[in-house]
Amino acid sequence: MSTTRDITVTVNGEAFTAAVEPRLHLADFLRHTLGLTGTHVGCEHGVCGACTVLVDGDSVRSCLMFAVQADRRRVETVESLGHIGAMNKLQEAFHEHHALQCGFCTPGMLMTATDLMKKYRLASDDSIREGLSGNLCRCTGYEHIIRAIRALVDSKAENAR
Amino acid sequence: MKPAPFDYTAATSVEMATASLAEAGDDAKIIAGGQSLVPLLNFRLLRPSILVDINSIESLSFITETATNIRVGALTRHYQLETSPVIARHLPVLSCAMTHVAHLAIRNRGTIGGSLAHGDPAAELPMMALLLDAELHIASVSSARTIAARDFFLGALTVDLGGGEIVTEIVLPKLPARTGWGFAEVARRHGDFALAAVAATLTVVADAIVEARIALTGVGRTPLRVAEAESLLVGQAPTPYLSGQTVEAVRAAMEPDSDLHASADYRRHLAGVLTSRALAAAWRRAKESAA
Repeated sequence: MSTTRDITVTVNGEAFTAAVEPRLHLADFLRHTLGLTGTHVGCEHGVCGACTVLVDGDSVRSCLMFAVQADRRRVETVESLGHIGAMNKLQEAFHEHHALQCGFCTPGMLMTATDLMKKYRLASDDSIREGLSGNLCRCTGYEHIIRAIRALVDSKAENAR
Repeated sequence: MKPAPFDYTAATSVEMATASLAEAGDDAKIIAGGQSLVPLLNFRLLRPSILVDINSIESLSFITETATNIRVGALTRHYQLETSPVIARHLPVLSCAMTHVAHLAIRNRGTIGGSLAHGDPAAELPMMALLLDAELHIASVSSARTIAARDFFLGALTVDLGGGEIVTEIVLPKLPARTGWGFAEVARRHGDFALAAVAATLTVVADAIVEARIALTGVGRTPLRVAEAESLLVGQAPTPYLSGQTVEAVRAAMEPDSDLHASADYRRHLAGVLTSRALAAAWRRAKESAA
């Protein structure tokens, strides 16, 4: 059995210290150690995108990263975006455009979209589709998800004008 | 779906990493981006005794330009390659290829050294290393060596890299002037591994091809360069007949497998179609650059 390591991770602005086994996924650390169950775990091998979180601002699959690797890093989960009553713009757009059905893929979709909007222009719907191609929605509700992101990207472009 | 237990050490220098590898023997694995390794750990297809984490070796992350080469540190992330102005200027075919590599969350983490060392037979970067005549720098605790990409890929997921060795740098020669490029890929979804992909460059002087390169992935156990097809093109200008000959040479050179996603015949057909598209784009760009 491997020994545990002490790590300090800043999650959603708050520093947490814990002793973790090296094999503990970041996803399981967030869900089981910290109780932040907003991050969902689907396939556990990097295919479905449900567990996507931001590490130092970049989207990553938290089932393909170990908690020990997040030591001294900044992690943001879906809980950082907003909450009922005070949703952020992206969550509002998802709400407005019915971009979730069962909600399982939604945390990953939101965190992926957050990074996509930061890094790409997303001028066409195809570019949004390509950007979301690593996130599976088993309700197949892609059309509304694309519509929500499209609306937010367009409103930001409008405001910047 | 949880890995078997392993020990873990985070190296902060290449010397530290190679020392850890030497100490652990053949049972150690390097973890860079982890985008191919961690699924194998999760499925317990691999059970290393220790992971040597190289993510903190800052000296392995760089893209620099010399008079003749682009040097890329092994820990450089796919997203950095995709968005590098140096790569866009000197190796635009690589910038294009990077947009086909997996998804943003994977490009944020995955590294060039990791992709080459993993040697997936349907990945883009091994093909690009072959196309661009890359040279890999490899270090171990006792030695350092360089190897050409064309000698590096030995089989599916099998490369010329010992248990105590680590890829440190990839050297990519700049393309000659008046070189056009083309890239064509078919995958089930954007970002999936290629069913087949082709990258090509043509260097054109006075309406004749003086150098041709054609590389493929997804069509065999390793990425391919097709010298027989390349030599057909040298000294020529494209014609429908020549294009047909080239496609035939490419199809003859490959030994694709059938799997769940595509039959060998379909892959061979696809590779031919993609070759003609990539070559047409390369010719067009070469002519534009001369204009």
